[in-house]
Amino acid sequence: MTGPVVADGGADVGTARVVATPAALEAIGRVVAERGPIMFFQSGGCCDGSLPMCFDEGEFTLGDHDVLLGTVGGSPFYIDHRQFEAWAHTQLILDVGAGEPEGFSLAAGADRHFIVRSRVFGQDELCTLEGREPAT
Amino acid sequence: MAVVEDVATDGKTAGGVFVAPGQPGSLVDVKPRYENFIGGHWVPPTKGLYMPNVSPGTGHAFTEVARSSAEDVELALDAAHAAKDAWGESSLAERAAVLHAVADAIEANLTMLAVAESWENGKPVRETLAADIPLAVDHFRYFAGATRSLEGRSTEIDKDTVAYHFHEPLGVVGQIIPFNFPILMAAWKIAPALAAGNCTVVKPASPTPWSILKLAEVIGDIVPPGVLNIVTGPGGEIGKALASSPRIAKIGFTGETTTGRLIMQYAAENLIPSTVELGGKSPNIFFADVMDQDDRFLDKAIEGLVLYAFNKGEVCTAPSRALVQESVYDRFMERCLDRIGRITQGDPLDPTTMIGAQNSAQQLEKITGYVDIGVQEGAEVLIGGERAPLGGELVDGYYFEPTVMKGHNGMRIFQEEIFGPVLAVTTFTDEADAVRIANDTLYGLGAGVWTRNGNLAYRMGRAIKAGRVWTNCYHLYPAGAAFGGYKISGVGRENHQMMLEHYSQTKNLLVSYSDEPLGFF
Repeated sequence: MTGPVVADGGADVGTARVVATPAALEAIGRVVAERGPIMFFQSGGCCDGSLPMCFDEGEFTLGDHDVLLGTVGGSPFYIDHRQFEAWAHTQLILDVGAGEPEGFSLAAGADRHFIVRSRVFGQDELCTLEGREPAT
Repeated sequence: MAVVEDVATDGKTAGGVFVAPGQPGSLVDVKPRYENFIGGHWVPPTKGLYMPNVSPGTGHAFTEVARSSAEDVELALDAAHAAKDAWGESSLAERAAVLHAVADAIEANLTMLAVAESWENGKPVRETLAADIPLAVDHFRYFAGATRSLEGRSTEIDKDTVAYHFHEPLGVVGQIIPFNFPILMAAWKIAPALAAGNCTVVKPASPTPWSILKLAEVIGDIVPPGVLNIVTGPGGEIGKALASSPRIAKIGFTGETTTGRLIMQYAAENLIPSTVELGGKSPNIFFADVMDQDDRFLDKAIEGLVLYAFNKGEVCTAPSRALVQESVYDRFMERCLDRIGRITQGDPLDPTTMIGAQNSAQQLEKITGYVDIGVQEGAEVLIGGERAPLGGELVDGYYFEPTVMKGHNGMRIFQEEIFGPVLAVTTFTDEADAVRIANDTLYGLGAGVWTRNGNLAYRMGRAIKAGRVWTNCYHLYPAGAAFGGYKISGVGRENHQMMLEHYSQTKNLLVSYSDEPLGFF
C-alpha cells in the first residue's frame, strides 16, 4: 500500500466497509477523467474471482439484492448479497496491482488493475457496524 | 530451463528437463509474434497492436500475441458466418471425421503441446503429459462418437400426424476460455460446438493465449476455414465485443461470477442462451473409516486430500476445503502433511516437478492476500504459507508453497476460491455435521467423499448440493461425465453428450398426412 487508506466523505476509516489507498484514488480519478463515471462490483469464484471489477457506470446491471458497500473516490462499490454475508466481517481495501485486469474489468491505468486487500474488523468495529452495544 | 550445451534429441537436456520453448533443441517453436487465427489464416490485428506473453515459470515474456480490438472480433465473426452454412450442412460422418483428425493431430503432437502448455501456464509438464493433452485428445474423440449417435425423434401424434424433431446447429457461437487449462478447456468448448455443426469464435484468457495458438498450428489445416476462429486480447475489449455481439447464437464462458453475470446480461439483451461455469469451493470429506486399515485405500485417500495442489490449486473444482472427521483428524492429517511436505516444487518443465508456478503475478498476489486474511481470522498455518523461494532462472517465477490452514467454515479462506495451493481444513463430528458444513457455501461445483462404507458414500453424494461428487476419487475428468455447477457455480453442463443439445436448436416439423380439412372456415 502506498499510504494511509481513505474513506469517502470523511467516514470513519475503522468502520467503513470499503476504503481506498491513495494509489486507488488516483487511479479512479484518472479513469473517471478519461471515461466518465465508473462503478465497482466485487467478484467471486473461479480464476480472477477475488478481484473488484471496474465498469463504466451502468455497464453492469444491478439486481435488487446487490449490496452497496460504500463509495470509493465517489464511485459506488457493490457486492452480491450472498457474498456480502460471507465477507461482512472484513473491510475491503481497494488498491492497485501490477498487470492487466482480467474478466471484462477496466484497467487502473496502463498495465495496472484494481485489487482488494482485506482487514478483519475488530469486535468493537463489528458492533458499531451491526448497531450493537460493544461488549464491556 | 536448459542450457544449450547438454540438449539431447528428445527435446530434453541430459538432466531430463524439457528444453524451454523457442530454445535450440526444444520440441516447441516460438515465433516472435502471433496473429489471430481467422478463416483458416493468420491475420494481423486491425490496429497492429501486440501484447507480451509471459511464462509464469520465469516471470518473463517470451513472445507476443495480438492485442485485438472489436474490429478483429467482427472479422472472426465474418469468417464464421461465411463458413456456417457449409459446416452446418455437413454430414455427421464428415463432422466426426474432422474431430477424429483433430484428435489424431493433437495426439501426434502430444509431447510438443504438453511442453507448450506447461510453459504457457506454469503447470508441471507431468500433468500436461498425463492429463491436459490426453484428455483433450479424448474429448474430441468422444464428441466425434457422440455426434454419430445424434438422433432426432419423431412422435406419432395421431395416425395421420407426425411430429419430427431434428437437431439443427445454432450457427455461430462465442466461447471464452479460462487460463487454468488453456488447451483442455478450449477442447471442452470447441469439440461439442463443432460436433453440433456450429462455427465458433474463441477468446483465450488474456494471460494464456499462446498455447491455444500452438494448438491452432496443429489443427488449423484440418478444420475447414472459418469453422474455428481464435482472437486474442484483453477481455474488457474483445471479450465484451464477442459476448455482447448480436451475431452470435450462444455464448459459453468459464470464469468468475461477475463476468458470468455480465455474460448472462449480454445474452439476455440479445435473447440468446449462455452456459457459464463460475468456480467453486469444493469440500473434500474424509470419514473416520478411511483410517480403519493402513492399506492402498488409505494411501489413495491421502493422495485425495493432497490433490488440492493439482495444477497448483488453479482448478475450479479444487478440493480446497478438507473436512476430516474429528476422531481421526490428528492421525490422518499427520499422514497428509507428511505427504505434502514431500511435494517437489520447481521448474514446470522438469518431469519430476509436482507443483509448478501460479499463472500470474496477480494470482500470486491474491494467494498471498488470502493467507494474510486467514491469519487475521485466526486460522493456523500447518504448512507452507509463503512464496516459494526458487533460485536461478526461476527466481522471478510465480511460485507459492503448498499450504494448509486449519480453521472453521465461517472464515473467508473457507468461503472463497483462492485458486492457489492453499487448503483450508476443519473437522466434523458426524454425517449430519459433514453435510451441513459441506453445503454451507455459496458454491456447488464439486465435492469429494471418502469412506469405506458404500451406503454412507451414496447418502453423502446425494445430500451434497454440487454438480459432481467424486466418490473415493478426485480430479478425474473423463469425457462422458457431466460437469457443471449448482448454486452460484454456474448454469449449464459440459463434458457430456448432452452438450450437443445445448449447442443445437430443436426443429419440429409437424406434418399432416391427412387430406381432411379442419372444418373451421
